[in-house]
Amino acid sequence: MTPPSLDVRGLAYAYPDGHQALFGVDLTVRRGERVALLGPNGAGKTTLVLHLNGILTAGAGTVAVAGLPVEKRNLAEIRRRVGIVFQDPDDQLFMPTVREDVAFGPAAAGMRGAELEAVVRTALARVGMEEFADRPPHHLSFGQRRRVAVATVLAMEPEILVLDEPSSNLDPASRRELADILRSLDVTVLMVTHDLPYALELCPRSVILSDGVIAGDGRTQDVLADADLMARHRLELPFGFVPRSVV
Amino acid sequence: MGAGHAHQLYRRGDSPVHALPPHTKLAAVLGFVVVVVSTPREAVWAFALYAVLLGAVAATAALPAGFVLRRLVIEVPFVAFAFLMPFVVPGEQTTVFGVSLSVPGLWGAWNVLAKGTLGVAASVILASTTELRALLLGLQRLRLPPLLVQIASFMIRYGDVITDEMRRMSVARRSRGFEARGVRHWGVLAKSAGALFIRSYERGERVHLAMISRGYEGSMPVIDEVTATRAQWTCAAALPLTALLICLLGWTL
Amino acid sequence: MALIINAVHVPDGFINAPVSAAAGVVAVGAVAVSLRGARRELEGTSRAGGHGGERTAPLAGLVAAFIFAVQMLNFPVAAGTSGHLLGGALAAILVGPYTGVLCIAVVLLMQGILFADGGLTALGVNITVMGVVTAVVAYALFRGLVLVLPRTRRSVTVASFVAALVSVPAAAAAFTLVYAIGGTTDVPIGKVLTAMVGVHTLIGIGEAVITMLTVGAVVAVRPDLVHGARGLTAPLKLRVDGELVDAVPATAAAPAPAGSPKKVWIGGLVTAFVLAGFVSFYASSNPDGLEKVAADKGIDKNVEEHAAAGSPLADYGVKDVEDARLSGGLAGVIGVGATLAVGTGAFWAVRRRRTASAPPSAPSSESRTAESV
Repeated sequence: MTPPSLDVRGLAYAYPDGHQALFGVDLTVRRGERVALLGPNGAGKTTLVLHLNGILTAGAGTVAVAGLPVEKRNLAEIRRRVGIVFQDPDDQLFMPTVREDVAFGPAAAGMRGAELEAVVRTALARVGMEEFADRPPHHLSFGQRRRVAVATVLAMEPEILVLDEPSSNLDPASRRELADILRSLDVTVLMVTHDLPYALELCPRSVILSDGVIAGDGRTQDVLADADLMARHRLELPFGFVPRSVV
Repeated sequence: MGAGHAHQLYRRGDSPVHALPPHTKLAAVLGFVVVVVSTPREAVWAFALYAVLLGAVAATAALPAGFVLRRLVIEVPFVAFAFLMPFVVPGEQTTVFGVSLSVPGLWGAWNVLAKGTLGVAASVILASTTELRALLLGLQRLRLPPLLVQIASFMIRYGDVITDEMRRMSVARRSRGFEARGVRHWGVLAKSAGALFIRSYERGERVHLAMISRGYEGSMPVIDEVTATRAQWTCAAALPLTALLICLLGWTL
Repeated sequence: MALIINAVHVPDGFINAPVSAAAGVVAVGAVAVSLRGARRELEGTSRAGGHGGERTAPLAGLVAAFIFAVQMLNFPVAAGTSGHLLGGALAAILVGPYTGVLCIAVVLLMQGILFADGGLTALGVNITVMGVVTAVVAYALFRGLVLVLPRTRRSVTVASFVAALVSVPAAAAAFTLVYAIGGTTDVPIGKVLTAMVGVHTLIGIGEAVITMLTVGAVVAVRPDLVHGARGLTAPLKLRVDGELVDAVPATAAAPAPAGSPKKVWIGGLVTAFVLAGFVSFYASSNPDGLEKVAADKGIDKNVEEHAAAGSPLADYGVKDVEDARLSGGLAGVIGVGATLAVGTGAFWAVRRRRTASAPPSAPSSESRTAESV
């Protein structure tokens, strides 16, 4: 049996200034699952995400990616396995051209030459951005930049794709295009979002992170339909949206 | 600089000058300028020849003369300084159109104008025939410390992003009826500048996170490298070597 | 304030080749030192604690982009004229002198290559004058004043005002010095110095106001991001049996306790800088006064005696400088420069020793190890 893509146990963390953000998070994501991570602002979602590839180190508890514990000696491999797409694509796309940006991760891992070219081309093709390879990121639309940001981590063939607010600031067409792309990928996805319809559309399972612990876990349509649970954790559906009616 | 920090000087083209590898061009321009600066100012004809050389390069690159000349405006403040020299420098005087001018001052003005103008013109030709990205690669190839090249690349990459943020802040200010008219409005502008700094710095922190998330460990992986053939080096070297010849003649004649 | 550009982006042919080359060597050295220093400065300023080394490239790059952008922000003066920030002092105060020098150097390099702004052979002069002199003078003054003045935000703004105010004419004086040694035309240096320092004192006032307001705006929101004001936060206290006790500082950059000998010493040094600076500026904008000062203090004689050790300055002082005004001005500039160099050197040595001896904090070292693979 293959180990789960992500296995978080009893994770607790306090920032150096003393502010404690996580109070014992338990979360398992099986290979191939698409899971939405929901929760109000300040629940600790970003803090949790930064633990997944070892940018922050657990104060207590453990994190393992495909069976490999997130530890100092494994960091290079962990960062290849966990592809984080940050919220602002301008933060993610720091190289002068799209091609170099997509190549950054694999090149940092030592890949060169024709192999690198091929990986870059494939990753861009998966998000439909091949013909933009030589453009500077600044000349792309926001939706295009978000797609390239996804390509930059796909190029590293990650075990799990972690997306921070993937639908934010996208117009409806770009939002749908990105959803199509994410659905087409054969990869485990953990998606941090406030966009509940998007979660319902893409993720069969949802977990709620609130006050630094997992406060709810289940089928997305059940979670969204549980009015009490939702209200307790400051989650609200858009006006007129009825989850049961969609699925 | 309304368009912010876009690389305004670059003009797309497929001339032989455009096609030269960036580091050969950088080296050639630097060599040329050093030679020009080292030329004795009394060799007036030498500067005329330098100008002809640059004109030839500009013609090869299919750059319109007006384009290069317009860019020389950047020099204007120093031109003003140069024009003062004949009046303030002490020494032997001469009379031109009934005005008494100092001879060393005239030479000084000529020196600054000639060398400064040639320097700007050479830089303009370089910038208008070389893409921004290529210039960075060229600097990297010329062994500028990698960290410095990285800082420069980040500055180029995020210059536009930050200029855009600054513009949005200005729109937000004006949308609320604020128009900076004088010193009493500096406080508001400075608050914007402060906010811009905080945003820039925090973006730097986020970029760093994005980098280490993809395996950054302090050095940039070399993805593109520029190389030059011997023929390309020879071609680029033609400019500074010819200039050097002129310079040597200028010293001996 | 087009004059700002006038003073800063020196074109080719303004300074002769040997002196341009010498300035180039100085600039290369300064940048090399700054590359190392900036790593230290940028290591542990994030809210999440130190993320380890190698933050230099993105952070310095973003700060350079900020400087570039903010130089385009127009500050209207009156009657359609406007000025803009030079940013040297601001950069040094916000991110520290090393990073400041690095950022200004990169901005100048890019302006030279991309916009033909400033001659390529004059790059060394430009970096030395605008980057190194401005940043070092501004930071030394700022840091000194912050340590001497009461520990309040108001002191931070006052210190940034003075630092920026002095840094601009100091750079102008440094430029004049370079011009005196390697100018391609023998313009009467006394006149140049008077004009340069006079004009730049005016520009410096504008720079000082903008810098002060900007630093004030940052301190109000994110005091932790103002490098020069680190350690201004009150030390943490523990309540033990109803009494407040100093907590063991968790970060290495612990402030020196008030009234320590070091603080007094640094304070004295800074007062010396300020006095030296003001005397020479007062002097250069007021020739008669300077002549008097020079005569009273015998500075003109001192220049000859002191500098007789074969430095280019000595040569210069003896050979070309006849009038007391100029030698007085030079003495001022040299004095300020030397004091600053010695003072800042000593100051940094002290600071480094203190930093090294402080125990590393648990959380920051922990997260640092996360990155150091």
